Amino acid sequence: MFEENQLAFDRVQLLNEEGKINNPSSDMPISNDTMLHMYKWMKKARLMDEKLLRMQRQGRIGTYAPLSGQEAAQVGSAFALEKSDWLCPSYRDLAACMVHGMPFDQVLRYVKGHLYGSRNAEGLRMLPIQIIIAAQTLHAVGTAFAAKLKHEHTVSVSYFGDGATSQGDFHEALNFASVYQLPVVFFCQNNHYAISVPRKQQTASNTIAQKAIAYGIKGVQVDGNDLVGVYQVMKEAVQRARNDEGPTLIEAETYRLGPHTTSDDPNKYRSKEEVQQWMEKRDPIIRVKKYLISNQLWNEDEEQSLVASLQQEMDIEIDQVEKEPTPSLAEAFDYVYATKSNQLVEQQKYVTTFSQDKGGDLHG
Amino acid sequence: MAKMTLLQAIKQALELEMEQDERVVILGEDIGENGGVFRVTDGLQKQFGKERVIDTPLAESAIIGTSVGMSLNGMRPIAEIQFLGFIYEAMDQLASQAARIRFKTAGGYSVPLVIRSPYGGGVRTPELHSDSLEALFSHTPGLKIVMPSNSYDAKGLLIAAIRDDDPVLFLEPMKLYRAEPQEIPEEAYEVEIGKAKLVKEGFHATIVSWGPPVVTLKKIVESYEQEGIHLELIDLRTVAPLDQETILQSVEKTERLLIVHEAVKTNGVGAEIAASVSEKGIFSLAAPILRVTGFDTPYPVGMVEDDWLPNESRIRKMIDELLSY
Ligand SMILES: Cc1ncc(C[n+]2csc(CCOP(=O)(O)OP(=O)(O)O)c2C)c(N)n1
Repeated sequence: MFEENQLAFDRVQLLNEEGKINNPSSDMPISNDTMLHMYKWMKKARLMDEKLLRMQRQGRIGTYAPLSGQEAAQVGSAFALEKSDWLCPSYRDLAACMVHGMPFDQVLRYVKGHLYGSRNAEGLRMLPIQIIIAAQTLHAVGTAFAAKLKHEHTVSVSYFGDGATSQGDFHEALNFASVYQLPVVFFCQNNHYAISVPRKQQTASNTIAQKAIAYGIKGVQVDGNDLVGVYQVMKEAVQRARNDEGPTLIEAETYRLGPHTTSDDPNKYRSKEEVQQWMEKRDPIIRVKKYLISNQLWNEDEEQSLVASLQQEMDIEIDQVEKEPTPSLAEAFDYVYATKSNQLVEQQKYVTTFSQDKGGDLHG
Repeated sequence: MAKMTLLQAIKQALELEMEQDERVVILGEDIGENGGVFRVTDGLQKQFGKERVIDTPLAESAIIGTSVGMSLNGMRPIAEIQFLGFIYEAMDQLASQAARIRFKTAGGYSVPLVIRSPYGGGVRTPELHSDSLEALFSHTPGLKIVMPSNSYDAKGLLIAAIRDDDPVLFLEPMKLYRAEPQEIPEEAYEVEIGKAKLVKEGFHATIVSWGPPVVTLKKIVESYEQEGIHLELIDLRTVAPLDQETILQSVEKTERLLIVHEAVKTNGVGAEIAASVSEKGIFSLAAPILRVTGFDTPYPVGMVEDDWLPNESRIRKMIDELLSY
């Protein structure tokens, strides 16, 4: 018999808040070089986040969902994937997307609301960013199902938040994946809030990871702000999936430091002390930096020049994307069906001539 | 050529397409061992194996959502929703996921997915089994909606749907599953999606319909013929995209239009047809556009459904009214 919420769970943590390895005698899952490489990605994600927030305030991009605080969860997990694996992201997973291959200029088009902002790059196995909470969990099940039927050894990973675990699709996805033993990893970033609703009001289970038990799959909880721990559990889950040993649910406990989106005021539902705690003590980037510095792999000079060059790279790309011509509404009609219906042809013609009459401007 | 019911025709289409294209898989509740609640997929699991005829857990959103993922990764899934009323469970996966991916990715990805589902009344089903929900989905850009009324069209349209690169909702009129068998070719053939069929030529008035009422209308039109009244009958076959041209051409000739459908009246597909004929053909009309439809109530219980459906007497009365102008 199970007593509810009496299940014993070990929360995985390898790199602690002080930037020290908890059990130095055990093997590190990543080399120092890789660690540095991952650190640069985390830094890039943080700088991008700050930049995009500023751009949103200046009216240069639309609503934006910042990811700061979740860099270890995203970078660590995406690093465990092969290029041929499928990544099914939500709106807060841009760092994971970029590690997997989504170029920064495409991120910019997406946040600008460009007609081609969600077009997939050739050969990149990544679904468009999902807005509907938990819908992508099923798409990951589907891509994994197809991979299994085609005897391809690819793994599908779906990213979602703690709020998503309340949705039917999440449960249907876990169940399908388990019944058919599909190569899927369900990667939950429990950042403790679904907009304003705290995790405890989302589910009465002690952990999200334990939900796996009911579906007969493996569940793991990891310190989501621990880059090394996240990488390790993700690597294992991906390996299991690839070896046909079935799906895994990973709960990465993390925290978003900023608002839910640029239209949200988190002061309404989170105390300053709580946020401060996470910022000062558990920031995933500071932790890795401490480790790198104490192991003589990094110093402040290198940090400064990294920041400067990342800023410069971003500015150049932003400048280029902002100079791109605006797509016309008329182009939108080309992508509803493989072949346009007569109605679409007619409406497209209308839009084209209307905008020509207006000198190319539909609004004036 | 062999005589086949609509059900057999659909099954044959599935079989032929599964044989010629390995990417085609079918999935749904009770479709494997049991062969589907109407036996449409009977024997297919034996023939093609459990990997291609997949009995799923009872979860509509998962059936469609998984199919979306499968088609993104190169398969051509055919999902079955056991009865159309259960598709509400999967509304998001169909309307906001499957139908929009081509648009969202500006043509980068497409979802070649067919969703088959029985629908339609007159068979005394429990609640939510008979509803005609085509209008609901015709408001979803990116989706095609096919509703055959006979075996020949059903087979050809289903094959076309399976080969189509966009998601197609393929609605099967339950009442006609085992209706009169029709001679149809054994081999695979396509009936073009988006093209209405001129069932019967005439010049006194045009009647546009789709699904089960077409069968009723054929008889009605014949009996008017004996009285010297020549009605033109159009079977829409595809609700989205809508074949406005065929309807307009006919109305220009007959100057009168009656629309008959089973779904509820308000905001129905009939309203869209009436609006587009008003926009493009109002000066050819000699009478108001009339409709015979279901009523604006939920699909009713069995004891009153025959009165709710567009039945023969209501249709005749409306034809007479149309001709009286
Ligand atoms: C089906 C659906 N319902 C509601 C929303 C509105 N909404 C957007 S984000 C969000 C909270 C999601 O929280 P969580 O799953 O924890 O992810 P997080 O934002 O924390 O990354 C809500 C309610 C939505 N996008 N989709």
